[in-house]
Amino acid sequence: MEVLFAITIGVLVAASVYLMLSNHLLRFIFGLVLISNAANLTIFVAGRLTDGAPPLIPVGADAPVIAANALPQALVLTAIVIGFGLFAFAIVLVFRAWTSLNSLTPDEMRLAEPEETPK
Amino acid sequence: MSWLLALPIAIPFLTAVAAFLTRNMPVGRWISIIGSAILLCASIVLMNTVLRDGVVAGQMGGWAAPFGITLVADLLSAVMVLITAIVAVAVSIYALADVDEKMERLGYHALFNMLIAGVVGAFVTGDLFNLYVWFEVMLIASFGLLVLGGRPEQIDGGVKYVALNLISTIMFLTGIGLLYGMTGTLNMADLASAVDTADQRLLTIVAVLFMIAFGVKAAVFPLFFWLPASYHTPAFSVSAVFAGLLTKVGVYALIRMFTLVFDHDTAFTHTILLWVAVLTMVVGVLGAAAQSDMRKILSFHIVSQIGYMILGLALLTPLALVGAVFYLVHHIVVKANLFLIAGVAQRIAGGTELGRIGGLYKSAPLLAILFVVPAFSLAGFPPLSGFWAKFLLVKAALDVQAWFIAFVALAVGLLTIYSMTKIWAQAFWEPHPDGIEPKLSRLSTRDRAAFLIPIAGLAMLTVIIGTMPEAFVQFAERSAAQLLDPTAYITAVLGDPS
Repeated sequence: MEVLFAITIGVLVAASVYLMLSNHLLRFIFGLVLISNAANLTIFVAGRLTDGAPPLIPVGADAPVIAANALPQALVLTAIVIGFGLFAFAIVLVFRAWTSLNSLTPDEMRLAEPEETPK
Repeated sequence: MSWLLALPIAIPFLTAVAAFLTRNMPVGRWISIIGSAILLCASIVLMNTVLRDGVVAGQMGGWAAPFGITLVADLLSAVMVLITAIVAVAVSIYALADVDEKMERLGYHALFNMLIAGVVGAFVTGDLFNLYVWFEVMLIASFGLLVLGGRPEQIDGGVKYVALNLISTIMFLTGIGLLYGMTGTLNMADLASAVDTADQRLLTIVAVLFMIAFGVKAAVFPLFFWLPASYHTPAFSVSAVFAGLLTKVGVYALIRMFTLVFDHDTAFTHTILLWVAVLTMVVGVLGAAAQSDMRKILSFHIVSQIGYMILGLALLTPLALVGAVFYLVHHIVVKANLFLIAGVAQRIAGGTELGRIGGLYKSAPLLAILFVVPAFSLAGFPPLSGFWAKFLLVKAALDVQAWFIAFVALAVGLLTIYSMTKIWAQAFWEPHPDGIEPKLSRLSTRDRAAFLIPIAGLAMLTVIIGTMPEAFVQFAERSAAQLLDPTAYITAVLGDPS
């Protein structure tokens, strides 16, 4: 199971790096979304994978030897929520960039850092 | 004790809520000032307690460490919280004159206080995932502040800032995941001993992930490009608080993690940091020399100065860490102040582009004096605070026979003087190209007070640190000792092992 997850994460990272290196902001954002999912999966796997063992202990019973690790799930949940907010902002920002700069090509976005004109 | 640690986070948080609710009323800006002043009081109390009792720790929600979220303040955390509060007070007074009603209605004060809450949270947390959360609070508030107003330059700078910082965030998150998988804990004090039994080679890889993540935040070479692309675009009070605090959170996180957790293979990690520090100093100062806009020059100087702080961490001798701590505190005050002064220059002389302004020395001598103090301090003139900061670091480099490093640190100091002289000559000395007399009396009395009081206050602090370095160096020594031997930190969080 871990191998499968590792391969999935690897493919996600590879795809997102490819997207982020392309010269277009929207693809860059898609790349960020993918790589953040890869990070979330990494945390999830780091908590060890268990099969069908909920982290619940019935009243009076001893703690089970194998139970799902609830902490990484909480961490991933937090990270997803935060990531959602950040990407919502990033997408709106990119949209604003498109309307006010008329371009989504990073190489053409030189308004804040204009190229030096030779004197 | 936990209320003492939670207060500096809760105060700006509640202030942000109150400021958001009153964003359409003039009272909103006063709420921001009062909130910052209360934060300053709380941080002084915290500082006192830490000075008296040593490291203070509190477990949030009553969950014992290492399972719950721990807040912990040693001397470094306490002084960073204190200096944050000082900058917050200064900038929120400055904002009275700098931030217009349109930006207030858009929620400037709420975002500003949220930013402060995030910064303070990052300084006092003792839990790695919680650090991530505070980084995000800080980041989202800074995104908002950066593009507030929505001028095209701001959007342009904002895109680069957002893109690179989001990548750093994801690196950080991945690092946290891997570290948790290896050790099973996220409590920083617990990690300090838990990493001893982990696979050391894997640990080095994770350490490098953290180095990149915090390196982007701290704006070190070669990860700093978002900073000069964006810091000159927002309102002056925003760029002052960014320049003073944001990158320093990255430096703080680097210092914390690479003294407490990642000290297993210093020959590898700290050697990388050393060369990163050298290149950051050199590239930053050369970048500044090529610029002709006051704020852009100052932005590149942030990068260059970050190099000095990383240098202190990389050498990892007691004296070098003393220098790093001293440098952090000195730099926050000086850098925030220089951006505030640039804002006044822009208002009375009509810009920050050096070729288009001038005559400030003749028409506004008071501003000229107030500029000289932080500018010379930044360049390292005795007896100002920057001299002692640089002196400690160069001495530390000489002590370990790192001649080349010491030489670079001194040469970068010289080039810093070049940039400051350039600002001085063109903005202050030469007459204004349009024949305008940039007098301070062009401002209304209220604006003048709101501009000059925080600038004078911060300049005074620079002079105080410079003329009475003994007390501050002693403090930095105690703080560095705590960093090098984190036993007190670990005991405060986890309780006595015996």
